This record gives sequence, C-alpha cells and structure tokens, in this order.
Amino acid sequence: MKTHKNSVEIRGLDLRFGHVEVLKNLNLDVNDGEFLVLLGSSGCGKSTLLNCIAGLLEVTAGQIFIKEKNVTWAEPSDRGIGMVFQSYALYPQMTVEGNLSFGLKNQKLPKPEIAKRVARAAEILQIESLLKRKPGALSGGQRQRVAIGRALVRDVDVFLFDEPLSNLDAKLRADLRVELKQLHGRLKNTMIYVTHDQIEAMTLADRIAIMKDGLIEQLDTPNNIYNRPVNKYVAGFIGSPSMNFLEGTLEGNSFKFADHSINLDGYEFTRQNQSGGVSFGIRPEHVLTGDAVSDAVFSTAVQVQVIEPLGSDTLALAELAGAKFWIRLDGEASVAVGETLTVGLRPERASLFLHSDELRV
Amino acid sequence: MDKVNRLEGPAGPRPKKAFSGRNIMLYGTLIMVSLYYLLPLYVMVVTSLKGMPEIRLGNIFSPPMEVTFKPWVKAWSEACTGLNCEGLSRGFWNSVRITVPSVIISIAIASVNGYALANWRFKGADIFFTILIFGAFIPYQVMLYPIVILLREIGLYGGLPGLVIVHSIFGMPILTLLFRNYFSSLPEELFKAARVDGARFWGIYFRIMLPMSLPIFVVAMILQVTGIWNDFLFGVVYTRPEYYPMTVQLNNIVNSVQGVKEYNVNMAATILTGLVPLVIYFVSGKLFVRGIAAGAVKG
Amino acid sequence: MQNARPNQLFRNMTAKIAAIPMILTALCVFVGGTVWTIVYSFTSSKLLPRAKFVGFDQYERLWSTSRWTVSLENLFIYGLCSLVLSLIIGFLLASLLDQKIRFENTFRSILLYPFALSFIVTGLVWQWILNPEFGVQSVVRGAGWIGFSFNPLYDSELVIYGVLIAGLWQGSGLIMVLMLAGMRGIDQDIWKASRVDGIPMWKTYILIIIPMMRPVFITTLVIIASGIVKVYDLVVAQTGGGPGISSEVPAKYVYDYMFQGQNLGQGFAASTMMLLAVLIVVIPWAYLEFGSKNRG
Repeated sequence: MKTHKNSVEIRGLDLRFGHVEVLKNLNLDVNDGEFLVLLGSSGCGKSTLLNCIAGLLEVTAGQIFIKEKNVTWAEPSDRGIGMVFQSYALYPQMTVEGNLSFGLKNQKLPKPEIAKRVARAAEILQIESLLKRKPGALSGGQRQRVAIGRALVRDVDVFLFDEPLSNLDAKLRADLRVELKQLHGRLKNTMIYVTHDQIEAMTLADRIAIMKDGLIEQLDTPNNIYNRPVNKYVAGFIGSPSMNFLEGTLEGNSFKFADHSINLDGYEFTRQNQSGGVSFGIRPEHVLTGDAVSDAVFSTAVQVQVIEPLGSDTLALAELAGAKFWIRLDGEASVAVGETLTVGLRPERASLFLHSDELRV
Repeated sequence: MDKVNRLEGPAGPRPKKAFSGRNIMLYGTLIMVSLYYLLPLYVMVVTSLKGMPEIRLGNIFSPPMEVTFKPWVKAWSEACTGLNCEGLSRGFWNSVRITVPSVIISIAIASVNGYALANWRFKGADIFFTILIFGAFIPYQVMLYPIVILLREIGLYGGLPGLVIVHSIFGMPILTLLFRNYFSSLPEELFKAARVDGARFWGIYFRIMLPMSLPIFVVAMILQVTGIWNDFLFGVVYTRPEYYPMTVQLNNIVNSVQGVKEYNVNMAATILTGLVPLVIYFVSGKLFVRGIAAGAVKG
Repeated sequence: MQNARPNQLFRNMTAKIAAIPMILTALCVFVGGTVWTIVYSFTSSKLLPRAKFVGFDQYERLWSTSRWTVSLENLFIYGLCSLVLSLIIGFLLASLLDQKIRFENTFRSILLYPFALSFIVTGLVWQWILNPEFGVQSVVRGAGWIGFSFNPLYDSELVIYGVLIAGLWQGSGLIMVLMLAGMRGIDQDIWKASRVDGIPMWKTYILIIIPMMRPVFITTLVIIASGIVKVYDLVVAQTGGGPGISSEVPAKYVYDYMFQGQNLGQGFAASTMMLLAVLIVVIPWAYLEFGSKNRG
C-alpha cells in the first residue's frame, strides 16, 4: 500500500520507563538517502528514539521497519544500522584497525573482505596513518572519525548519529560538520542524526524533526521550520536570539496590541477566519530598521537597552508593548544604549499563533 | 602626605618555618601513634628471634641479645597441635589450597554476575541483588548449620572443596557489588557500540569488559586473598583437622594447654601466618586501600 | 507480523543463566538458610536437627543462662566502646593525615597494616603483650615501679577491655581510611571559603566538615556495628572466653553450643537473637540510605 519506499518507518511507537512515558505514539517516515535530524532540548526523547531504532532499547508498543523489514524485535547488529556515539565509544584496548574490524569479525566475514572494507573506510575518512594506534593516542577529532569509520565499514543502509559532535570544540565541530555533509553527499545513505545544536540541524538536514516531550512537533525542511513554524514552541525553539512575540488579539484582518494595530495584508494564513488572542511572532533579523522602515506597514519607536556586538552583526535589545524585543542590526550600524530606534514590521515575515492552541494561524 | 615606601614590607614568597609549633605537634603526634601501631609487629619479631631463657629473663620490648632462628624452624615444621607435630607448614599448604581456588571461583562468578547486573538488567535481577546485599549483613552464625547440612548432602563436608564453596558463597555479595559498581561506571555507549557491532553476552564480557577491568580484578583479588587467608570461623566449622587452614592451626598451637609454653615459637608461628596478607598489603599499597574502601563503604 | 515476539522468559537468556549462582546463593543460602535456622530454633534439636517443636523453650533457656547474659553484656560494652572510640580515633587520625603532610602514604600504611592481619594473629600478639609475667606489666615493674598493675586478660572485670585494645588496634585504621576518603570527597572550595572567612581549622572541622560527612559516619557506623556482632575469632585467640566465662561473646556461644555442646537448638536460638540485633541496626539504615533514593 505504500506509495514510495521508506528507509526507516516508525509506527505508533510507545516507550515507558515504569510510569514515565518517554515516547508517545510516535510515527515517523524517513526517506531513502535522506539526512534527517532529530532536534530538541535535553529530555525531549530524541536520543531515546534513536536508541529504539538501533534496538538498544526495548519498545513498549509499536513497530519499527528498516528497509521494509520489521526489525522491532531484532538484535541491534541484525538491523542493518551503524551507529556513532557522542563519547565515540571506541574500545580502548583495541587499535583503530581493531575497532573498525570488531563488528565485521563478529559477523564472521572472510579476512580479505574485512581488510578491504577497513581500507576503504580509512581512505574515505583519511585515517590510514592512524590504523595501528590506540584510541588513547588520538585527538578528539580523530577519534570521532574512527567512530564514523566503525559505522562505515558495516556497509549498512542507515547511519545513526547520537550527538556525535558535542564533545568537540567549536572549531573542530564546524570542520567535521562540513565533512559529514560531504560524506552524506558521497555515500547517499540514510542518516538519522540527533543533536541539540540548531546550527548543526539547519546546516546538515534534509528534514528536521523538532521533538518535545516524546512527540514530534514539526517535521519539515530547515527552511520551512525556520520560516513557517507550525506552533509557538517550534517558533521559539529555532533561532537565536529567539523570535520576538507580541501579545494581542486578531480581529478580522488586523492584529491589535497595546494601542497599535497592524494590517495583516500579505500574511499567508494557514487557517482562515480565526479570531481572539494571538501571539505575533517576528524574528530579530526580520525587524526592519533604517531606510527599510519605509517598506513596513507598521512602524514604531523603541529605546535600545542593551547592545551585543557580534562582529558580523549587532543585536539590540529593546522593549515593545511590555515584552522584550530583539533586533538584529548590521554589524556596521552605530547604535548606543538609550538611543531611540525606529523599527518596522512586515506581516509577510511574521508568524501568528493562537493563544488557545498555540498553533499557527 | 606620607608616601608609602613600596620597596619595604613583604615581597616574594612568604618564608616558611620548617619547625613551626604546628608541624612539631602534627608530626610528633603522628610519629607517636605510628610507633604504637608498629609496636606489636616489633614485639612479634623480637620475641620470635630470642631463645626461651632470654624471654624468661625479662623485657619483651628489648631486642634479642642473641639472634636465633630456631623458633621459626620449629614453628614451621615441628610445633605440635594435639598429637600431631608437623608444624604450621601443613596449615600453610592447606590455606594455599583453599585460597587459590576460592579466589578464582569467587571472582569469576562475581564478575560475571556484576556484569549481568550492570549491563543486562533483566526482570527480577534487582530483587536477587538486594537479597544478596542483605545477606552480607546476616551474621554467619545464622547460616552456619544449614550449610553444614547442604555440604553433607553433596558429600563435601569436612574437606577442602566444601570450604572453597563456602568462601565463594560468602564472597559473592561484596564482590558482586564491587564489580557491578565498576561495570556501571564504564561508559554505557561502549556496551551499546559493541551490541551494534554484533557482540553478544560473552563476547562483550571477554573482548570489551575484561580488558578494561584489570585494576578492579586486582582489587578484588587482594580483598579475597586477605579475607580468605585470614578466615578462622569457616575453617574450623567446615573442615576436619587434617584440612585446617593456617589460622586454625596457629590458634591450636598457641592456645594448646599441653606442654610448656614456648613464646618464641608461638610468635614465629604468628608472624608466619600474618606474613601472606602483610606482604600483599605492603606490595599492593593503594589498591588495598581502594579495595577495602570500596568493599566497606558500599557493603 | 513478520517474526514472533521472543518469549519474555528467554530474553537475555545468557545473562539469566550467568546469574544463576547469584540467584541460588541469595535464595538457598541466604534466605533459605536463615529461615531454616529460625524455624529450627523452635525445636528441641540436640545432636542432630529434629523437627520437634517446643515453642519458645530454647529462648527461655537461653535468657536464663548466665553465659548468654554475660556474652551480651560483653558485646554491649565492647560494641559501645569500640563504636565510640574507633570513630573518634579514626576521625582524629584522618584529620591529621588530611593536613597535606609529607609521607602521608607511609603513615597511612603503618596505621592500616593491622587491618590486613587475621583476628587470630591480632589476638595472639596482644595476648603476649598483655601477658602479666613477661608483658607490659613486668616491663614497667622492671623499670622500677614495683606496685604497677596492668593485667586485664586475667581479671574478669577488665578482660573485655583487653580485647577492646586489640580490636581497636586492628580496626581503627580502616575507620581512618574511610573517614579520610570522606574528607577527600568534600569540595575543596569549602576549605578555601573557610580560609577566606577566617574560620579556624578545628572549627571548620566541627561545624562544617563533620555535618557534611554525615553519610560517611552513618555508613561507617553500620560497618562497625555489623562487624561487632560477628566478633568471634579475636576472643577465641586472645582469651578463649576466659577467665571463666568473663569474656564470652554471642558468636562464640553459638559455635560452642552448635559444634561442641551438641545442643543445636540453643545455637539456633542464640544465632536468631544475633540476627535480630543486626536487623535492628541495618533496617533503619537501609531505609534511610535506599528508601530515600527510591522516592527521590
């Protein structure tokens, strides 16, 4: 009955530890060759979900399919997955070569085949010179390469990454991120990647699944997640500094807050004919300043309270209608604390969420 | 305005007094206490090197005027327990034959148990484990006789194998705890990685866990060797006289009511019995401390 | 469904098989043996266990035997003294070693080595040192103090204190190590803070460190207490229970009645009383230690 081939398919997955529900009736389809990122704050169940897919956690209810095969009760090693862990989890007493070949030896593959695969993985990851060393003698970046290599040699369809870059420093993380993306472009495997880092998620993913409390809040492309978040949680979670929210009411075609009113012509409504209390969300970088204010349908003056120069751009914190209001300015912009800034808002770039269900209007 | 002369006053490292009152108090106390703790060892050694006439003359603290090793020889090969006059050597070899297999078996069982508990949590495991730990607190006296019956049923009462079983059983709570805690402290992701790599229960135990756990095995070994070597109660209850371990034989030699008391032989025998754990203690140093701390704090 | 769900019983089968020795020990020896002894303490077993139940007879006889009451009294004195003294000595020694001293390892090794010895060895050495004819008493008298008298092992009032001296010598090193570990486990910033605040060191120990070490104290207390109830070898080696019955202890009572007096029923009843004593100590502790963890 399925219309297209899924690489990983999850049906009605439940996971409980005693009385704690970690995953609740979760459904997820991952396309063949897709890079899917599971993103969420700690405790949202993203790593738990990954461990379920790997077979390292026993599910309470539901089914997991990998490559059309029901693997709900299969051993981790029989699922056709490779996994990369946050702490690398390299076997400390084995050399890099031993680490790479351990899984293959357990599969009882012939020796030449093992050697071939190890050599290929080492070449792809450029760790040929490290093969005889032990993990203790490697740097963090090298260790993570070996950990990826261990997944690579298994020659599997699905790669699982459990926050693989979080133990690295910022510079290395950025480098390896690029390498991972190139690797995916080359191998075209399905990859499921867990992280709490938005930048990793945005840069790597074909699609992102934002998780909260064991549920997937939104599953979409990075672009849609960023620009058209389905609910207030997703809107506030993605982006740094996070989206500004103005609280007010939706009346017909205009948003009323404090004693202002914004005409919503140009806003793409998801649901028609709603009214009542809403949050008007606008990202700091979508607030217009300077000459651009003239394009806005609404403008007002705010007083700058704090300035955070980041080099490439400058963040200014102000207050609008009693709420904190961040504005992203050009790095060259000269503003001072206490200065008054005229800001403009355009409904095209805004997101409106109903107070009653916190969903996008 | 007075100007402060900045060149005067404290500069550079603060001078330290090597013989401050505090240090004299501190080290003085420690040295006194240490001497007190060393005293019995010293008395044992000097007494064992004296002849009986010299002992009768007087001071147990004075060094021997004439050093003799006869008491040691006598303690090892001639001292009598009852009618038997083979010395401590038989007890020594009995203790060796008890300790070696007991240590190996108890550690093998407990390490696998600890590993199963730490990494393969299965239903009911916690209940058995709790019982086991509670068992460590039950006075041995409560279980002495039922074990006599069990051993008699399987025909091992009185011999060495029976005692080995008893030591393995009573070593289990503390060792299992030791290993469980150690294996739990290893990164769980290693275990997960090994499972993804297709290793099973024994594969992970032998290929991944064992090579990483040498220190804890040494700690367990120290704990067990000293514990089993020093045991008296189980030895006296579960073995016949010809299989008595060294401690039991020592007590029988020293506290026998027959004959003239030969204090020098007694002390030589006492040192000989304490020698094995003492050597292990001084050789292993910090690991011993780690062992008893791990064993005691958690047990 | 493509494959049948594996039977719950057979999941992790290898792990379960590997745990069989533990399960057998826990059930057969620890639970089974304890229950068996308790049950048979209500019988009139003599040379061999016989299931002839006589109610509380054995317990009545036990409590009317002077040897048992003396044993308990001794255990109480020995227990209380060694509890208090070894905690104090252990803590003081640990705080001395905690002063960033040189040769810490040497001092620690010296203070702890008695713990590596068997109780039999300890008992025999102290029996020799306290020997009235040749030991401390005769040395002091020989030095000129003719009237000096220190002969605990042959004085029925003092003999248990003689055992106590040996017990403390052997056990206090362990308490010191545990206390030291507890002190080292305390955040070093506490010391920095108290130094900045100008609090004297002894005051820091009493007002800050000791309260913070509460869990260590409790655990140590339980260890000492459960060790005290088992005290046996030391008495056998050092005094043999004498003079007369004045240094008897419950564990020796049990052994003597079970294996020498051929009065199993008495042994079972006495050992059941020992179990009761341990439970009184251990259960509140286990409740505090593990009960709270389950809730939190």
